[in-house]
Amino acid sequence: MKRVPRSVFNLVGLVVALVVIFVVFSVLQPKSFPTVSNLETLARQSAIVALVSLGMTYVIVNAGIDLSVGSTAAFSGVAIAWILQRHYSPALALLGGVLAGAIAGLLNGLLITRLKVGPFIVTLGTMLIIRGVATGVAHEQTINPPDSWLNNLLAVLGPDEKWKLLPIGVWLTIVLAVLAALSLRYTRFGRHVIAIGSNEHAARLCGVPVERVTMLVYVISGAFAGLAGLMLFSRLTVGDPTVANGLELDAIAAVVIGGASLTGGEGSILGTILGALIMATLRAGASQVGLDNWVQQIVTGVIIVLAVALDKLRKKQIG
Amino acid sequence: MTDFLQMRGIGKRFGATIALNCVDLGVAEGEVHALVGENGSGKSTLMRILAGAIRADDGTMTLGGEPYNPKNPADGRKAGVAMIHQELSIAGHLPIVDNVLLGMEEARFGIIKRTEAKRRVKAALARLGQEDLDLEVPAQQFPLAVRQLIEIARAVAVGSRVVVLDEPTSSLTEADVQQLFDVVKKLRSDGHAVLYISHFLDELHELADRMTVLRDGQLVGTRSMDGVTDETIVTMMVGRGIEEMYPRSVRHPSEVVLDVKSLAGYTRPDDASFSLYRGEVLGIAGLNGSGRSELLRTLFGLDPIKSGDVQLGVYQGPASPARRWAEGMGLLSENRKEEGLALNLSIADNITFTTLPRGVVNPARINQSSQTWIERLGIRCQGPEQRVGDLSGGNQQKVAIARMLHHGVDVLMLDEPTRGIDVGSKEGIYRLIDEAALSGKAILMVSSYLPELLGTCDRIAVMRKGVLGKPRRVEEVDQESLMHEAVGA
Repeated sequence: MKRVPRSVFNLVGLVVALVVIFVVFSVLQPKSFPTVSNLETLARQSAIVALVSLGMTYVIVNAGIDLSVGSTAAFSGVAIAWILQRHYSPALALLGGVLAGAIAGLLNGLLITRLKVGPFIVTLGTMLIIRGVATGVAHEQTINPPDSWLNNLLAVLGPDEKWKLLPIGVWLTIVLAVLAALSLRYTRFGRHVIAIGSNEHAARLCGVPVERVTMLVYVISGAFAGLAGLMLFSRLTVGDPTVANGLELDAIAAVVIGGASLTGGEGSILGTILGALIMATLRAGASQVGLDNWVQQIVTGVIIVLAVALDKLRKKQIG
Repeated sequence: MTDFLQMRGIGKRFGATIALNCVDLGVAEGEVHALVGENGSGKSTLMRILAGAIRADDGTMTLGGEPYNPKNPADGRKAGVAMIHQELSIAGHLPIVDNVLLGMEEARFGIIKRTEAKRRVKAALARLGQEDLDLEVPAQQFPLAVRQLIEIARAVAVGSRVVVLDEPTSSLTEADVQQLFDVVKKLRSDGHAVLYISHFLDELHELADRMTVLRDGQLVGTRSMDGVTDETIVTMMVGRGIEEMYPRSVRHPSEVVLDVKSLAGYTRPDDASFSLYRGEVLGIAGLNGSGRSELLRTLFGLDPIKSGDVQLGVYQGPASPARRWAEGMGLLSENRKEEGLALNLSIADNITFTTLPRGVVNPARINQSSQTWIERLGIRCQGPEQRVGDLSGGNQQKVAIARMLHHGVDVLMLDEPTRGIDVGSKEGIYRLIDEAALSGKAILMVSSYLPELLGTCDRIAVMRKGVLGKPRRVEEVDQESLMHEAVGA
């Protein structure tokens, strides 16, 4: 007897929701919404939230939470600008940005596993700490580095670059999403992440290195936030310590809409990506239709609660 | 034959209390060895020492002649001691295959060898006689009995020589129990040293080769199960005879207090009719999943009523749990830890949950009234302010019953009131039930343990596939007839 996994229902539901939202806006804005260039815009706009959400999926499946990713993204952007300003190579700046994110994640992981303080509190603290460090490094202003190819990661493709189909930053996001999905499903590490989120005591009893895995989860989350910071930098072309406020909440929303449970053990990368796309489509559509910002906020909020409520209802029915 | 696992002269003190005093225990390969004793007898302390959760103060342990000194439970597992607790260690979201191999996955460059993994798990399950499970389905979608099997398979797959089963049947149905027995026998014939902890004497007779009895942290003795009677076991455990176990005074049921006609819920029950009288204990037998708990929950307003009539005293029709309390009905949940009690709150808070006054609560008053119940029911604790979670299972259950008595309900619905508690505490619960019936309360009691129903009830009805049979006087039924009715034979 082969049962259809519950997660399949969930993913189908998300795809349907995404299509419905897309169709609604296409009907409202038939000229501009269902176009290739708009799709590309959607992809570019989703990339930043999607990257952070990938890391956040690991964290939430692990039964944790990472509130510091917005600050970490800003910190990474500042680090990149700071390195470029000193005329090091863009490649080094790129590495530096991701590394800055990973170090911030390591800090979270260390505090959570060593001090045994809950991830909500730890990352609430480091959210402030990392934002503070970023602001300090930037001397409370934006850093304006010289131009480099890093500025084009998420740029609109020129006429001679159409063969790329999508900007390099979007491709990077897609590749990383595939890798993340595979690792959650097929690697020992991925299984251990789920096991800890599902039942930490059982995992510990079975000899899963709970501390090491948890630490790595936050390092990954930090590194993804670092990548998001890189993309932000690419779009803004400056290192601004005040950006990405609230990015962590967008990411959590994407992961949760994607079917993850905040109590851990549950969640999928594909769901998360769909969640991020739904939010980005909603936002882009709403602004193109001309809805005010406050209306958009209300709509997004309603969608988040509705998505989780529907998910709960569905689970109850399937049992 | 020399014992594979040997524990010699084990002693453990917690502060001034001596939890274990010079206890010996030996288990041979290919043996099922029963460990018996009331709660507080030191059984669980001994098992925690064996598992590596705590260190002994005195004594030595050897496994196959080698010294065995686990630093933590993971260490113990590695050395070949697998402990299967009542609360299973299963990561519910992971498929069976990942659960069985959790923590010992074979991987190349971090990528799990999926085919190899499935083969290993299939082999482990096959050795337990269970090949037909879909390995890719998350464990939480299976019933408890299967999850338990998964955990036993884990012990087999990891190559554990010693398998400890801690009250493995306490929440299983009769059919699942038989299956578990088969599995335990397979473990034995495969040469594992099996340590089996249970409160059910019939299980010990069926499975065990030898038994070791503990009482008050002391070793009472180890003996072969051949020719040992229930009488002997109980006497060794509690130091008194078995006939005192089920107190049943002469009761005089008076008027009907709960009248149920053709009650149906949305899942279960499908059809239940009965009358419950003041001053009687009505038992409900049946297999797990037959709808016994659902009957109680539907009556109590936790599950919705689909059709049928409920008359509770002067009140007619369905009601919410809050209304039921007000109407004089209380429910003791089968799930004491998650639903029955707030483990983090104090005894007083738990007892007075349903009777708090509107507005300001006076802590001194609730402590005072709780103290009376602590004394009347003999709840062993430090005082009304102690956390309920720190009490033993039996004392927790007494707190849950005290809540109903303190509320002053007329109808007590008890769902598995003695689940997972030791013999001595069970006796205390039976006495409470008897006293309540004598004082004119009506008691509706669900239990999977037939001797207990036969011992405490005045009438017994059997639930089968959602349909409640006609209640019959306890003199007219026995274990066999009840079981026949439950399985529909």
